[in-house]
Amino acid sequence: MKKILTHRLMLPIAALVALIVINTIARPSFVSVTVKGDQLYGPLIDILRNSAPLMLVSLGMMIVISTRGIDLSVGAIMAVSGAVALTIIDGSPTPNDLGTVLGAIGIAVLIGMLLGAWNGFLVAVVGVQPIIATLVLMLAGRGVALLITGGFITTINSAPYKFMAQGYVIGLPFAFFVSVAAVALVALIERRTALGVLTEAVGINPEASRLAGVRSRGIIWGAYAASGVLAGFAGILYSSNTMAADSNAAGLYIELYAILAVVLGGTSLMGGKFTVAGTVIGVFTIETLRSTILFLGVPSAVAPLFLAVAVVIVVLIQSPRLRSLVTRTAQGARPNTSEVAR
Amino acid sequence: MSTAKEARAIVEMRGITIEFPGVKALDGVDLTLRGGEVHTLMGENGAGKSTLIKALTGVYAIDGGSIIVEGTPREFRGTADAQLAGISTVYQEVNLCTNLSVGENVMLGHEVRGPLGINWAATHREAARHLENLGVRLDTRSMLSAHSIAVQQLVAISRAMVTDSRVLVLDEPTSSLDRGEVDQLFGVIRGLRDRGVAILFVTHFLDQVYEISDRLTVLRNGTLVGEYPVEDLPRGQLISKMIGRELDELDAISQSAARAIDRTSDPVIRATGVGRRGVLHPADVEVYDGEVVGLAGLLGSGRTELVRLLYGADRADAGRVEVRGRTARITNPRHAIDRRIAFSSEDRRAEGLVGDLTVAENIVLGIQAKRGALRKVRKSEQDTIVEEYIQALGVRPANPNALVRNLSGGNQQKVLLARWLATAPQLIILDEPTRGIDVGAKADIQRKVAELSEQGLAVVFISSELEEVIRIAQRIVVMRDRRKIGELTSHDIGVDDLVAFIADEQPQPDSPESAA
Amino acid sequence: MTSVQAPLEKADAFGPLKRFVSRRASWIPVFAALALLILIFIAGQAYFGNFLTPRVISALLLDNAYLFILAVGMTFVILTGGIDLSVGAVMAFTGMFGASLLRDGVPSGIVVPVMLLLGAAFGLAIGVLVQYFDVQPFIASLAAMFAARGLAFMVSLDSIKVETPEILWLQSTRIQGAPGSFYITPTGIIALLVVLVAALVLAYTRFGRTIYAIGGNEQSARLMGLPVVRSKLLAYVVSGVCAGLAGVVFTAYTGASYPLNGMGTELDTIAAVVIGGTLLLGGSGFVVGSMIGVFVYGTIKTAISFMGADQSWTRISVGLLLLLFVVVQRIIVARSDRR
Repeated sequence: MKKILTHRLMLPIAALVALIVINTIARPSFVSVTVKGDQLYGPLIDILRNSAPLMLVSLGMMIVISTRGIDLSVGAIMAVSGAVALTIIDGSPTPNDLGTVLGAIGIAVLIGMLLGAWNGFLVAVVGVQPIIATLVLMLAGRGVALLITGGFITTINSAPYKFMAQGYVIGLPFAFFVSVAAVALVALIERRTALGVLTEAVGINPEASRLAGVRSRGIIWGAYAASGVLAGFAGILYSSNTMAADSNAAGLYIELYAILAVVLGGTSLMGGKFTVAGTVIGVFTIETLRSTILFLGVPSAVAPLFLAVAVVIVVLIQSPRLRSLVTRTAQGARPNTSEVAR
Repeated sequence: MSTAKEARAIVEMRGITIEFPGVKALDGVDLTLRGGEVHTLMGENGAGKSTLIKALTGVYAIDGGSIIVEGTPREFRGTADAQLAGISTVYQEVNLCTNLSVGENVMLGHEVRGPLGINWAATHREAARHLENLGVRLDTRSMLSAHSIAVQQLVAISRAMVTDSRVLVLDEPTSSLDRGEVDQLFGVIRGLRDRGVAILFVTHFLDQVYEISDRLTVLRNGTLVGEYPVEDLPRGQLISKMIGRELDELDAISQSAARAIDRTSDPVIRATGVGRRGVLHPADVEVYDGEVVGLAGLLGSGRTELVRLLYGADRADAGRVEVRGRTARITNPRHAIDRRIAFSSEDRRAEGLVGDLTVAENIVLGIQAKRGALRKVRKSEQDTIVEEYIQALGVRPANPNALVRNLSGGNQQKVLLARWLATAPQLIILDEPTRGIDVGAKADIQRKVAELSEQGLAVVFISSELEEVIRIAQRIVVMRDRRKIGELTSHDIGVDDLVAFIADEQPQPDSPESAA
Repeated sequence: MTSVQAPLEKADAFGPLKRFVSRRASWIPVFAALALLILIFIAGQAYFGNFLTPRVISALLLDNAYLFILAVGMTFVILTGGIDLSVGAVMAFTGMFGASLLRDGVPSGIVVPVMLLLGAAFGLAIGVLVQYFDVQPFIASLAAMFAARGLAFMVSLDSIKVETPEILWLQSTRIQGAPGSFYITPTGIIALLVVLVAALVLAYTRFGRTIYAIGGNEQSARLMGLPVVRSKLLAYVVSGVCAGLAGVVFTAYTGASYPLNGMGTELDTIAAVVIGGTLLLGGSGFVVGSMIGVFVYGTIKTAISFMGADQSWTRISVGLLLLLFVVVQRIIVARSDRR
């Protein structure tokens, strides 16, 4: 077990370590942490803070992918939840009241959950392919967010809300604590209960799971709902960072980054086994990569190119054909099977 | 029936050997196909029939032996090579495109083309001509999906004839046809035979074997049993050749089976007229406490179909089920599990185990699913259960953290059995629990089943190995052609009696479609 | 020998309708889309009064020319059972690259073929990943989308104005009967030509029929000895070339190239294709349907701007329509499975 675990996480850990080493060599300031007042600053701290929304979304994506699904709508859900929260706070006479802010966040996250449950309904009950089911919301969601804000970018002034993404607690960004809490919560729920292993069973072998009596429909439904909740919360963090509900920019492409983080973290797109630790490492790897690209002076708009390269490398490593090609060259065997018998 | 005794050999397969990682699927098998003859390939599941067919049609490359077509040695790198050599195949699940028209399916890749692309009028005319050569008249422009499987089979055969095939392989073409449709198909097959085509036919229906074949080749466990002219091999002999005799000493189990069963109280399960249209004729079964009921019959006889309906893996559309005298509505597996009924599928890999989970996780999956996600089986509890069953069933390696997919077939079966026993069932349905596993593991599993039934567990036991069924069961339900044909008490019969009963020459029943 | 005639008799017995259904069932979704389009037209005309004018109809083709071309390419890919998420980004990249070449004085006779080749290269790359490395089409085209978007920004972060007369001519020339009546631009003609050629290729060539066969049952297509690998690669290449051509048309349309062009266009394209009756599982659908799907999309957009409502309603309506069509498709598939 120990051996398997290390094997599964070897690639993402190696990638992360390599990135950090390269960065440190290129700019020694990368690992430096400075103290200003009672707050810590430095590139590593930035990574911890900026990675929070992606962390939440990736955790949800991980659960969905484990069921053999995919959730494209997370970015749109982020936009909706940010729009809801800011519109509520904007319309409230007491935007600085903690109660107002908590209420707004609660409602926004609840809506995220409902949207996730809607995806789950389409996939688990209606039987629509996950890509398409979530594509519907991906298309419509941002439009809904724009409608909520009336087509404008709602901006607010609310100290408690601002604290979500920009505040500090014992020297570290509050957003970092949010992502730690999310990781801990997901790990607890998935691993302390049997949810994790049942989810994996459904993802690996749906028919065997059904015959073993696993309630796969409920599990799939729950996975999408969880993804919705986490995306909803990520939307809060994102909008708190800018203090604006920008329905077009919020969570743009985050579904793709999240999928990449999950895959980097060793979860196969074919579903099944997942590790929370792997996903966490995947998220940090991507965030470090982004920071590196930025540092290299590459315009952030060009960053997707590097991600594309990363995606291709990862899928090629996962590709059974490439593996069998390697083994085949090693063994000299040559079945015709790959042509037809799949 | 056999018209051309000394017909010319079109295909000679000699010493064909195919290995998959760790398994020899075929070991030095010969097959000779002669023009103007219908040659039937027989064997139970795992005998190597489909592997041999795939070698002949170029799906698998062979690891040893030679394939000689009309005197020329050939090496097939893919299906296209085999087709070029004149070998065409019609598969069980018709391999056509139902989203296209009948004519297109016949002609795909061979369309009549003019200067402006495909000339559809001519293509459909050509398709109609090929169909009519087989005596089939269809609207070639209609969608293939609008037609029955039987018609689709005929379309597939027409397609094979477009390329002027000299060898036609029919892989279980009749498994979903009713009697009338089978007659049509056989008419077509005879027509082709009379035109000198060599036909390789695979089926599980014995009646059809004797109706259409000129010659038989029997395989067992990847080896050749022999080739026989059909008139030299009566049914009983054919079945024993397919099934083989396993002569190990398991007397203790036989003694256990000779126990008297108390049938005075309500049975654990009583199914009355349970059936499903197109799958199984309504059948009655009951199983009492401490009783092992064997289901005997060849593959495709309806034995698996029956237990799947009992378990709710498929929905029955007829009949009534009582569990301990109370009517039970079982339409999905959870209903069955709630009534403490367990089911171990014949297809361990696809329908039983979750390959990428560990032995321990697979064993507790049943309990876990029953309890729901929130009440996790605790680590200490899991260890106790897993330890207990690994010991009791002798799972090797005795490592609870090994991934199940890396275990041998026998050990996988033990894990599956452990999963269900851990849920404390009152009835366990075991579909081919001993298939494809080594002799030691077989004995282990039989012994365990006997022991459990002595302790009061009700068991339904399916096996292709009739000796096993006779040895272990008190009562045997015999199935043929998707219906129950009778019930026997096991201690006063031998394998030969059972074989005779299964093979019993009776007029073939109507299809379940018309009956259900 | 027995003779099988039943199906023929059945067709006669139930008359032409049954016969039509048994022959042309896959056209039904296309007619549904057409009916929807007509419904929107009628509703628009009833509501606005000045909706169905030659100006509006002509503008539909003009404004959505690039989308017609993208939808044609996407139809090829979806018919094989795949998907191509890269089309919007590839359109943006080829547009940017082409515009930068034109700015540097490269003649458009070279630039346009280069743009098409670039698109083809992206399609080929996706096809190779899908076909040879078993990468899901979704992921492979996603990577291509990332790459193309990044490359587009690499060419320039800002928009590049195009002043080449031949390119602008594509857009500015209006072939019109009389003032105020219907008109068409060369971009519109290109779009219609692409639809026409694609429809003919799909209906009258072995390549086209192989595409349908693959989508219907890839395993069968292989066993029938059809050139599955080559045809699937080619389908992605077609989609790539269409994306390149859309790059040309879109550049002409806006008179400039901007690296953010075509954000989310892949989703609009997929939605249009699905609404036009193409099954996402592959094997069933027509480019004519996709054309109607684009018209539906464009008309909704026009109607919403007529209302003066927020353009976000476009995506919402299209999303809802997509949902409706997907669920209906799902029901149809479930019913035919049961049979």
